[in-house]
Amino acid sequence: MTTQTVKFSIYRYDPDKDKKPYMQDISVEVEPGERKLLDALVKLKVKDDTLSFRRSCREGVCGSDAMNINGKNGLACITDIDTLKQPIELRPLPGMPVVRDLIVDMTQFFKQYHSIKPYVVNDTPPPEKERLQSPEDRKELDGLYECILCACCSTSCPSFWWNPDKFVGPAGLLAAYRFIADTRDTTINERLDNLEDPYRLFRCHTIMNCVDVCPKELNPTKAIGKIKELMIKRVA
Amino acid sequence: MVNRHVIGAHYGLRDWLLQRITAVVMLAYTIGLIFFLVMVSGASFQGWKALMGMTWVRVFTSVSIIALALHAWVGVRDIWMDYVKPLGLRLTLHVLTILWLVASLVYAVKVVWGV
Repeated sequence: MTTQTVKFSIYRYDPDKDKKPYMQDISVEVEPGERKLLDALVKLKVKDDTLSFRRSCREGVCGSDAMNINGKNGLACITDIDTLKQPIELRPLPGMPVVRDLIVDMTQFFKQYHSIKPYVVNDTPPPEKERLQSPEDRKELDGLYECILCACCSTSCPSFWWNPDKFVGPAGLLAAYRFIADTRDTTINERLDNLEDPYRLFRCHTIMNCVDVCPKELNPTKAIGKIKELMIKRVA
Repeated sequence: MVNRHVIGAHYGLRDWLLQRITAVVMLAYTIGLIFFLVMVSGASFQGWKALMGMTWVRVFTSVSIIALALHAWVGVRDIWMDYVKPLGLRLTLHVLTILWLVASLVYAVKVVWGV
């Protein structure tokens, strides 16, 4: 077992020092046990501590280390180095304001997420223990609740690039359907009203970049289709 | 300045549905036309004239042209909405698109019924 050299081309930008962003060529040695892209990035950070990126759980649960890896959004912590063509080109998530290097400002993304009220609304008196669901009703939430809000999908969506302030985006719409589909929620009509807008929902042109990049293998396009289906049900 | 976005136009479904339905109409018409071209070989002027002389073909053609105009309206409007941000310019483009589509529609229907 020997060490392996991993070559990188990394987007660098420090707004306090750099006039404009540039790509930095850099390489790092990794041990045989260090197989994920994040392992190499952590080693790079030791080599050059000005390199900035977000990471936390390092196992694909927190969604912090989403970045554009060789042109495709993904999580560094669950991407195998061996699957990537070198030099590995790393850029911040597309279409978002860059704070520094691979760190982007997620304000707009979370604004859209909050706009769909990501919590169960139920004004009826709460039961003594908890609001129950049948196993079938609960099943409807599978493939929806697993979203970790890494923003890989929304920032790979051209419709979100053009209208991040008006289009809710795949992540937000997946979350929207998660609460529309929840039988414990009593505001389904308000939720549909909230999305009945040429921008908020109907900017989705079924490009399906979101499905292509989702590190949790979720399907926002399918959720969006189900929202549209419910809207048709309401008028037809 | 606080940028307050006005959202919630309360339309969108109608246009989205319209685009899908008009697509089905156009698909049916295209298949019909291809069927004619393949089956009635040597589509001569006389053949075309006979085909377009039938009232139901004219009606079908007119409906398909209307479907095309409606379909194009939603599609082209979406492009303006995506890429043209200044409101005045966008509204002007919307109006011009409508005028162009209505003019094309009237002219096309006149041609179909004027043979």
